[in-house]
Amino acid sequence: MWIYEKKLQYPAWVEGCDLQIAKLLFAQYGGPDSELSAGLRYLAQRYNMPIPEAKAVLTDIGTEELAHWEIIGTLIYKIINRATPEELKAAGMGPNYVEHGRDVYPADAAGVPWTAAYIQAIEDPIANLHEDLAAEEKARTTYEHLINSTRDRGVIDTLSFLREREVVHFQRFGETLRLVQEYMEHTKCMR
Amino acid sequence: MDIGRERLELLKEIMAIDFSLVELNLYLDTHPLDQRAQRLQNEYVTICKDLKEKYEEDYAPLTHVYASECPWGWIEEPWPWEINYEMGGI
Repeated sequence: MWIYEKKLQYPAWVEGCDLQIAKLLFAQYGGPDSELSAGLRYLAQRYNMPIPEAKAVLTDIGTEELAHWEIIGTLIYKIINRATPEELKAAGMGPNYVEHGRDVYPADAAGVPWTAAYIQAIEDPIANLHEDLAAEEKARTTYEHLINSTRDRGVIDTLSFLREREVVHFQRFGETLRLVQEYMEHTKCMR
Repeated sequence: MDIGRERLELLKEIMAIDFSLVELNLYLDTHPLDQRAQRLQNEYVTICKDLKEKYEEDYAPLTHVYASECPWGWIEEPWPWEINYEMGGI
């Protein structure tokens, strides 16, 4: 189970009211390579992992992704919360305002709603972990695109933290893949 | 929303130590025999427990596992997304 803790993983902050970056941040909130996709992908893949290390990594990184999803939601909330409907419309967020107000609905930067079709779980641990390694790299690249798209120091600072987490997760998934491969080699020898 | 200097500093200290524990957790998942990391994890767990106890005693609950006076303290604002972390903006 999960227990909510009344704090963020990182003190997310924004400097100004960059509505353009608020719109683009939805890429990491409800896009294909978003924190939401990452969290649900890993938590869906963990059930049949063959070794305890892999069950732990998928559970723990999946959980951390939900904390990152909350940080992205907080950045978007802090930016759009004080904007008027006119300002939102001028920034290209008119459709989002009409359909969701200032709530933070899981859709991508173009407004396409999140779908489980973005993710896969296929039991084969090697196939699953390769998807996870790719997902971390795609999310890292998305963060770099976002960082290149704003001058808000708060957004850049917060996104830089999240980008580094993708690098660490990639490392842990790589180690997990190696451990699973060693385990499979070993069980093959024993047969 | 501002929560006051002292409370904010304590909250940030808790966020930092909790993050260290997340990082150690992931590392230990794939290096379960690393004694040095395990010692660090155990040391941080004690510090983390003490800080959270102090925060909940002096300010507000961090989880619902909280013995509250009436009215129920858990619903008190601010929620995490409403806090001004005073990093240079809102």
